[in-house]
Amino acid sequence: MARNRRSTPEINAGSMADIAFLLLIFFLVTTTMDVDTGISRKLPPMPEEEQMDEDPQINAKNIYVVLVNASDQLLVEGELMRINQLKNETKLFLDNNGTNPMSSESPDKAIISLQNDRGTSYEMYISVQNELTAAYNELRNDAAIKKYNLNYTELPKDKRRVIRKMYPMKISEAEPFKLN
Amino acid sequence: MSKFRKNKKSSQAPISTASLPDIVFMLLFFFMVTTVMRETDMLVDNILPQASEVKKLERKSLVSYIYIGSPKGQNRISKYGNDAKIQLNDSYARVNDIQEFVIAERESRSEEEVPLLTTSIKADVDVKMGIVSDIKQELRKSQAYKINYSTRKKEDK
Repeated sequence: MARNRRSTPEINAGSMADIAFLLLIFFLVTTTMDVDTGISRKLPPMPEEEQMDEDPQINAKNIYVVLVNASDQLLVEGELMRINQLKNETKLFLDNNGTNPMSSESPDKAIISLQNDRGTSYEMYISVQNELTAAYNELRNDAAIKKYNLNYTELPKDKRRVIRKMYPMKISEAEPFKLN
Repeated sequence: MSKFRKNKKSSQAPISTASLPDIVFMLLFFFMVTTVMRETDMLVDNILPQASEVKKLERKSLVSYIYIGSPKGQNRISKYGNDAKIQLNDSYARVNDIQEFVIAERESRSEEEVPLLTTSIKADVDVKMGIVSDIKQELRKSQAYKINYSTRKKEDK
């Protein structure tokens, strides 16, 4: 009976906020709102049997041949090139509009042919893809500024389509060779 | 000066902080609920290459991931060797398993979402292109044409 009479002391809830803050900070720190980024590509469908033989008629000067070998060296149009030159050279080729008889006739006819060896490192392949994408992005941006006075990324969808039609990204990757 | 004096005279009640824990708890629950723990155990080394011309991958529920890299950790290296391996979901896989994987991914989605499915290739920097080309061929065979080479964003110099 004596025990019951003793009044229980009230628990101080003042430090509740501190505890909650501690937990809050823990979760704030551990939360990762990671966004996946990457280079998007669309693979071509598998070629059909009859289609294999007939070559599409493309003028050779409209094709920009980019080769990457097993030791990650670049051969562009028959010449050795370093990766940091690739973007500007690609831009020159695409935006040639018939000035140089050896380069493309117009950006929408130009095709980039990319071929890599089985031994090429993935890192090199991605940097080549990145440089080629950068060339297209810069050309599209320049065209957007010239035509609409806005950056390409700021354009509404329909205007973006117009620009994309001027500079369609045509990167063709060769069928893998059956060599060992 | 009279202004200040006036203020001093009117005794203001202190702001009650009793509801502070409630507010903090609310925030806490928000973060607890939104925190996502990593779903798949990584069985392969996965350091992504860097690129500057990246796009955000939207609608994560429509993305299936293929991881490529050499086995992670000494135990696995001694067991499986140091060659690059493919990881699908929570286990190692062979190139031939990819078609099956794509079909399984497709069947778990509703029909109108199927054309929007993207395959994200998460390959390690040290991976050779041979295995990546094989995977791309398999994806083409299974008509999964939309792919994304996953990269880290490169900081501008």
